[in-house]
Amino acid sequence: MGLFEAILLSIITASTPLLLAASGELIAERAGVLNLGVEGMMLIGAVCGFAGAWATGSTAIGALCGIVAGVALAALFALAAIGLAINQVAAGLALTILGTGLAGLIGAPLVGENIAAAPHLWLPGLTDLPLIGKLLFGQDAFVYLAIGLMVGIAYVLARTRTGLILRAVGDDPASAHALGYNVAAVRTLAVLFGGGCAGLAGAYLTLAYTPFYAPGMTAGRGWIALALVVFASWRPGRLVAGAALFGAVSILQLHAQAFGLGVPSQLMSALPYLATVVVLVLISRIRRGGSVAPAALGTTFVPER
Amino acid sequence: MNKAIMAAALILTASCAALSAANAQDKPETKPDKLKIGFVYVGPVGDFGWSYQHDQARQAIVKEFGDKVETTFLEKVSEGPDAERSIEQLARAGNKLIFATSFGYMDSVIKVAKKYPTVKFEHATGYKREPNVSTYAGRFYEGRTIEGTIAAKISKKGVIGYIGSFPVPEVISGINATMLAAQKINPNIKIKIVWVNSWFNPGKEADAAKALIDQGADVIMQHTDSAAAMQIANERGIHAFGQDSDMIKFGPKAQLTAIVNNWTPYYVSRVKAVMDGNWASQDVWEGLKDKMIEMAPYTNMPDDVKQLAADTEAGISAGTIKPFACPILDQEGKEVECKGGDHLDDGQIRGMNFYVKGIDDKIPGK
Amino acid sequence: MALVLERRSERSVAIALASPLLAIALTLVTMTVVFAALGQNPATALAVYFITPLTDGYSLQEIAVKASPLVMIAVGLALCYRANAWNIGAEGQLLIGAIAGSGLAVMTHGADPGPWLLPAMLLAGALAGAAYALIPALCKVKFGASEILVSLMLVYVAGLLLDYLVRGPWRDPAGFNFPTTAEFDSAATLPLLIAGSRVHAGLILTLVAVAAAAILLGRTLKGFEIRVVGTAPRAARFAGFNADRLVLTTFAISGALAGLAGLIEVAGPIGHLQPDISPGYGFTAIIVAFLGRLNPLGILASGLFVAMTFIGGEQAQIALKLPQDMTGVIQGILLFYVLACDSLILYRIRWRSLQRKALHGPL
Repeated sequence: MGLFEAILLSIITASTPLLLAASGELIAERAGVLNLGVEGMMLIGAVCGFAGAWATGSTAIGALCGIVAGVALAALFALAAIGLAINQVAAGLALTILGTGLAGLIGAPLVGENIAAAPHLWLPGLTDLPLIGKLLFGQDAFVYLAIGLMVGIAYVLARTRTGLILRAVGDDPASAHALGYNVAAVRTLAVLFGGGCAGLAGAYLTLAYTPFYAPGMTAGRGWIALALVVFASWRPGRLVAGAALFGAVSILQLHAQAFGLGVPSQLMSALPYLATVVVLVLISRIRRGGSVAPAALGTTFVPER
Repeated sequence: MNKAIMAAALILTASCAALSAANAQDKPETKPDKLKIGFVYVGPVGDFGWSYQHDQARQAIVKEFGDKVETTFLEKVSEGPDAERSIEQLARAGNKLIFATSFGYMDSVIKVAKKYPTVKFEHATGYKREPNVSTYAGRFYEGRTIEGTIAAKISKKGVIGYIGSFPVPEVISGINATMLAAQKINPNIKIKIVWVNSWFNPGKEADAAKALIDQGADVIMQHTDSAAAMQIANERGIHAFGQDSDMIKFGPKAQLTAIVNNWTPYYVSRVKAVMDGNWASQDVWEGLKDKMIEMAPYTNMPDDVKQLAADTEAGISAGTIKPFACPILDQEGKEVECKGGDHLDDGQIRGMNFYVKGIDDKIPGK
Repeated sequence: MALVLERRSERSVAIALASPLLAIALTLVTMTVVFAALGQNPATALAVYFITPLTDGYSLQEIAVKASPLVMIAVGLALCYRANAWNIGAEGQLLIGAIAGSGLAVMTHGADPGPWLLPAMLLAGALAGAAYALIPALCKVKFGASEILVSLMLVYVAGLLLDYLVRGPWRDPAGFNFPTTAEFDSAATLPLLIAGSRVHAGLILTLVAVAAAAILLGRTLKGFEIRVVGTAPRAARFAGFNADRLVLTTFAISGALAGLAGLIEVAGPIGHLQPDISPGYGFTAIIVAFLGRLNPLGILASGLFVAMTFIGGEQAQIALKLPQDMTGVIQGILLFYVLACDSLILYRIRWRSLQRKALHGPL
């Protein structure tokens, strides 16, 4: 295996949890809901995913547990931020505090336990192909799932009525409501989807990335996912590119060190965030007037009747 | 008035009444002759690494002394503005012996110690002391000498991958000890170093291990706390060394040995000292000889290497093998001053801020 | 069944008063169940969290010390949020303020530059925090970029800058490579208000900030402008208020307060610069601001209350051997209840059966 190929493989692994979490958040934000609780949902997904796999020995059941846990926490957020019209920023932060605490309590007995890593695809012949074999045909199921999810999201957003309704609710909830759509229901479903994705992303960490559980093991990836959605300017295609870039920076920084290049690691780590700000300014500037962000992002909507 | 308000007021009154009643009847039931001991951990007790090992020692104290002690710990105490309060809370709660188990608590420990002169403090890895503050640390570099010896024997490519947390002397001296020992076996051995700027970040540690392996390392060493790198090594079919605790469970085919932090003998002796009334401030730096660090069983290596490792361990314990025996050359090939006679003295090791000859890298921030 | 909110025609004063009580009551009930499930005596456990911290002078002092930065930051954020400007990057502004002020302390270390040092540090902290907050504000005003997201991104950048400085250029040369600056000289540290405690002069500045914000909001034209722009943007435009300028002003104020809070932490309780100077004060302050209903006096109360849960959490670890994560759970539950109950001030809740307005309406 060549170095180049190896680096690409590592980047894919590093990008996958970011992509999974960010794709869910993208849907929620497209519906106009900013859920800052991604980190909390990921953590609870990580611990419940691990617990499921540890108890049953099945990665698939583990992943399912992670999704369910993420959805459950997201439901609490939906109840607060949509059902009760609580400020989304405050509710999201509260969700992260709660999720972190809950994950710690649930995970206490799981520390130091070990499970088998999620299996990787193995297609005789294809996986052995030089250079592209392992990249295309040797990943674990989460990677293919993440990519399938992105394709699905891109299709639904661009080509279907559901996507149209979702965007309408995120851009102009008052008009969508006037047209007879149930804004709260659409937003709730979007938030639950986001929670499921975040839970799955967390489960990826404990089932495939580093198959064990330790408290706080998301290490800020939920926050990076939030940045990623902005970096991608709410476009699924750019999200893939962005996840790859964020993943690449984190991996290449380590390789640069191993090569003995004296680049301050903090500068490398700061680059994605600075790039996000620059991208945000640039796209906002190009499309001044017609906002790139969902117009109603972060605002609560309660229909007047 | 609204029904909700009434209900709220009722529930609140009832709960307050219940609480104050409980508070009134619930006075400390501990007997005065019980020694209360407090612990402050920087990580969660379940990190399976640094804090976990300290907590193992706490549990050992409970086992050893039973009813004569009562232990309490505060976990996830950040090294910021909260540390001083956490330590002081323990002192106020009647703990007479407090173990503060992270370097970053140093100034907070000193401040609280001055306020509570009758409480004894034990601060891990620090260097500031008071009449009621002792410091203690492990000679982790001794374990690195054994690991460097094994690594050079096992590595086919002659490249060791080293995952560092922060370039503090404890870590730098570990890297140097590894290199010096490895060079004795293979003069051309190479060491590649990656800093993850964290003691504990499983994902990043895994990525670092992959990067090192992809760049040719076939033995991985780490000075970080999680078992992530061990898992990667196991998966990739190469070898690795555990850190803090025995990680054989995470790398049954990969782990060669592990440096195990064993705080139990020291903690038990300090508790005894307080009970016997002969506790005194001291600076303790113990290694293999006093079993403050121990080596996990030597596994996944040929018998001759096992023997060599065991001999090295015995030699260090007996004092016949000195990890930093002179002459030692720095990266430019200049000989380092030899303050300890035939080896570097403790001060030089504890403040170590240079790489030895043969390490092709630069200490970050230097 | 579906949950439906109806806007109240006027704010319900009775509910406004009862809402925090209801929230606390609900939290107590929920936690009673949780503690009972964990085999703890609920009454004893809750007493440790919510009553013991209030029973001795030491705990009260510590609550004040912990609350001080939270309140100072939250007061600034409240001005922002009232004006519909969403600064959620106070954590970054705090770090930059701490860095800027500490820079003076590091550069003058051992030189004894005189009594101007501490005021200069405070000023530098506030100015740097304001300047850092102006970046998202300018991006918003000039380019229309979301201030929520830009301010959040800049938190990480600030954290990494601090990390770089204390591990590199500003590292204490005598500190064995550990990532911290040298201990500040006494001229660069805040005086204590009570000898032997940790109650420092920063608390006075916090109270000043609360009073100033209360007066600004309630008694000045600027305060009126903030309230109008926030609640009725169209009316504000007719009145000739410049919403853009207000975004810049409120961001600058909140950034200055956050920067000041950061510097106070460094020059007060910590005494040197290090990578961990804030256990998320900038984020916790957002919650404090909402719990205090974006009202300076309310924030003073909510800041003290949130601080109490931290102190109580530690005492619960000591007295009951409960894990630290329990504190997070209690805080999270409490926050949700408080926020939910506050929603009752604005809305009436109705349950109605789910019919005709299905997901797919006509289009």
